[in-house]
Amino acid sequence: MQWETVIGLEVHVQLATRSKIFSGASTAFGAEPNTQACAVDLGMPGVLPVLNEAAVAMAVQFGLAIHAEIPEVSVFDRKNYFYPDLPKGYQTSQMYHPIVGPGEVEITLDDGGTKRIRVHHAHLEEDAGKSLHEDFHGMTGIDLNRAGTPLLEIVSEPDMRSAKEAAAYLKAIHSIVTYLGISDGNMAEGSMRCDVNVSVRPAGQAEFGTRAEIKNVNSFRFVERAIAFEVERQIELLEDGGTVVQETRLYDPERDETRSMRTKEEANDYRYFPCPDLLPVVLDQAYVDHLRDRLPELPDEKRARFQDALGLSAYDAGVLSASREMAEYFEAVKEACGDAKQAANWVQGELSGALNREGLPIQDSPVSAAQLGGLIARVMDDTINGKAAKQVFQALWNGQGQSADEVIEAKGLKQVTDSGAIEAMIDQVIADSPAQVAQYRDAEPDKRGKMIGYFVGQVMKASRGTANPQQVNALLKEKLDALC
Amino acid sequence: MHDKTLSELAAALTAGEFTSRELAEHLLARIERLDGHLNSLITVTTEQALAAADAADACRARGQAGPLTGLPLAIKDLLCTDGVRTTAGSRMLGNFVAPYDATVVEKLKAAGTVSLGKTNLDEFAMGSSNENSAFGAVKNPWDAAAVPGGSSGGSAAAVAAGLVPAAMGTDTGGSIRQPAAFCGITGLKPTYGRVSRYGIIAYASSLDQAGPMARTAEDCALLLNAIAGHDPRDSTSVARGVPDYTEELDAPLTGLKIGLPREYFGDGLDPEVEAATREAIRVFEALGASVREVSLPHTHYAIPAYYVIAPAEASSNLSRYDGVRFGHRCEAPTDLIDLYKRSRAEGFGEEVKRRILIGTHTLSEGFFDAYYKKAQQVRRLIRQDFLDAFEEVDVLMGPASPTPAFDLGAKKDPVSMYLQDIYTIAVNLAGIPGISVPAGFVKGRPVGLQILGTHFAEPRLLNVAHQFQQATDWHRRRPAIAEETL
Repeated sequence: MQWETVIGLEVHVQLATRSKIFSGASTAFGAEPNTQACAVDLGMPGVLPVLNEAAVAMAVQFGLAIHAEIPEVSVFDRKNYFYPDLPKGYQTSQMYHPIVGPGEVEITLDDGGTKRIRVHHAHLEEDAGKSLHEDFHGMTGIDLNRAGTPLLEIVSEPDMRSAKEAAAYLKAIHSIVTYLGISDGNMAEGSMRCDVNVSVRPAGQAEFGTRAEIKNVNSFRFVERAIAFEVERQIELLEDGGTVVQETRLYDPERDETRSMRTKEEANDYRYFPCPDLLPVVLDQAYVDHLRDRLPELPDEKRARFQDALGLSAYDAGVLSASREMAEYFEAVKEACGDAKQAANWVQGELSGALNREGLPIQDSPVSAAQLGGLIARVMDDTINGKAAKQVFQALWNGQGQSADEVIEAKGLKQVTDSGAIEAMIDQVIADSPAQVAQYRDAEPDKRGKMIGYFVGQVMKASRGTANPQQVNALLKEKLDALC
Repeated sequence: MHDKTLSELAAALTAGEFTSRELAEHLLARIERLDGHLNSLITVTTEQALAAADAADACRARGQAGPLTGLPLAIKDLLCTDGVRTTAGSRMLGNFVAPYDATVVEKLKAAGTVSLGKTNLDEFAMGSSNENSAFGAVKNPWDAAAVPGGSSGGSAAAVAAGLVPAAMGTDTGGSIRQPAAFCGITGLKPTYGRVSRYGIIAYASSLDQAGPMARTAEDCALLLNAIAGHDPRDSTSVARGVPDYTEELDAPLTGLKIGLPREYFGDGLDPEVEAATREAIRVFEALGASVREVSLPHTHYAIPAYYVIAPAEASSNLSRYDGVRFGHRCEAPTDLIDLYKRSRAEGFGEEVKRRILIGTHTLSEGFFDAYYKKAQQVRRLIRQDFLDAFEEVDVLMGPASPTPAFDLGAKKDPVSMYLQDIYTIAVNLAGIPGISVPAGFVKGRPVGLQILGTHFAEPRLLNVAHQFQQATDWHRRRPAIAEETL
């Protein structure tokens, strides 16, 4: 039977506020356990929450970026359950009246086409602390530094039909939140995590199958793999005549499998009710408009501009607009060299290759955008040839010089375009290679083209790479053919 | 000196009749001698009190004394006090030392007051008799067989017995006004949002409000001046200017329109309490006020609505007492669930558990709409009743409680205890202010007159209460224990 996969994502994005959503404690990552938890975060008797306006602004910006409705009133609710790293015994969240209403996110498919994924809503909530199970001699440690960190939970409609679409959606969300600067998007540090709802149904069937929710998946790759495993598990189950039970599952990246955590019957009754300590959040139109005016150019807009105004291919535009850092870098290179296509080629070619080898993000590139732009400009004005350009890039990467010009000067890489000088080198090479000249002469004319490569290599070597390769080629052909 | 009001004490301190330290020492000695019997204080903070009194005397010597500098008081043990045990009357917090001051406490300290200790209360402020305290019941200074009322029973008893001239209380369904009535003192519940709740151990967040308990309305005004105001740490506190609450005390009552809610004079009201109340109202007529009957038609829904909303909020507010970070933890838990279950089973008393259960039930899936949502609808109707009434009259008056203080142990059935709050509870649901003033005695036990006003009408309430106290002397009566000399 043909099966169709149905996927919905709940993405939790840690907002990059300086302080927590309901207290003044810092949200910086990596501090000593429990040093960034104040009385409010600890749920001390008598403390009260005060909403961080920055978190509200960030949530609204996200809503505007996905063209969502921004309700005038949103309300915080308490989600009640006991857990050691949940200090108050409830999580303050938004159940009934979220801050961001329905919106949509466009994703790019493998075939270059696009698809709109609807967002059901996004709501603000506080993160819990962390339970630490190591190093406590059979006891559990609790670190409440993370407790109260603002989260924006973005809940999609079940609009995705493959693991790839889910990953593309997650990447699109990642790109939006990092463009907006509302999250660092660092998945390794837990700044973005998601719960994946997966079900399968016979192709063509209208109603959804029973879904399983896979909790807390924290990388793009794991999302794809968890879905792949889960889809296979469900199909196998159904084809063997079984049924899928509604349950919460956990993805184990080490064993690459999902396991049951709890079934629907074991699910908590969270007893949501409006938090009496917080007033409803009322957003007036002027406030929303103000935030709208301050929205940066978003990935979709940027991609379109890269294609339409800069003439890049859809693929290049997509890659270069995928993250804010990438786009900013590319645009700076383009500014410095004055040519978008050359800038695109270099950023995606030489630079990305080097970054990938060293595992560096673009914002940590040892070669600055200005340096790379300067280098490209020297290629374009024929100061250096392509081969020398790679040497200059490597030198800049290694910190040997402040600018391309400095490296070119120091290493004497300036391209030789003086015909006389090139001819002299060619004459020398021909004089030093009688055997190869003889071979060349004896070869059929149509085989000679290939054989010329040897002479080009020798001339380039003699020029330490600085000779203009086109000139070398033309002059060599002329001189060798004259010998035939 | 233990017989004086705050304003009289302030005058005496200014006149140099005695120092703050002498005053504090005198009252601490009375507490030492008399409170073993009353049990009105859970913790006496002698050392801190004397240090604060010395600081106040020094401040006065520098000529920097304010209206409350050096005045002693006590604080309900529901308000967090930095470095001092704060129990909420519960075994759960029996050893809990708060790491910070509640905003009210901070403000009282800043005003130069001298706290002598933390007063007894019903556990987590849940009760109307102070019998639900893990630290034992409090006796009514007027009659050792009677309860002092609750939940601010310790505060009321301490003031009535002349251990302190004033105390802070909190009122969620009548917890300031009813014990004030039972103990023959004056107690004000301010408008919801007028006084910060930050640092007050939460019972029912949408209803809790702190307020002063003292011998006179004038003293309540002095204290309200110190504690009222917006607090950025409490989102439900209201950003609205704070008037000088003493300013209108002397305004004449000519033309004052008093409404008597028909529902507050019906079945269940003790005839002698009714007689005392009506007698008090005649005093106002003599002062130039007019009286008419009004109706608050949804009054009889107030107790059921309260007992849905308050326990729902409480069930959530009290979840943090799980034995993990602070408070009581059971011995040798076998696992996490055992830790939760036994810590909570051992730490909470019966009434607290009952309300947690009620609240957990009413918030459960399938019951939420029928209970919680319905109760919120009723709450809006009750509020509207009051707003409608205040279109017609300036203040409402009636008894603070249907009976005088009842005997210790008399109310075994929780519902009969809940019915005690019939005249006070709707006020919290509506968020309006109310004050109880002494208005007579029934069989030697005090009767309180409750005066209600619309939101932020505290200046008017204090004015009306003060004028009543200019015309009567019920507030000057003292129980025998207060007359005892050392």
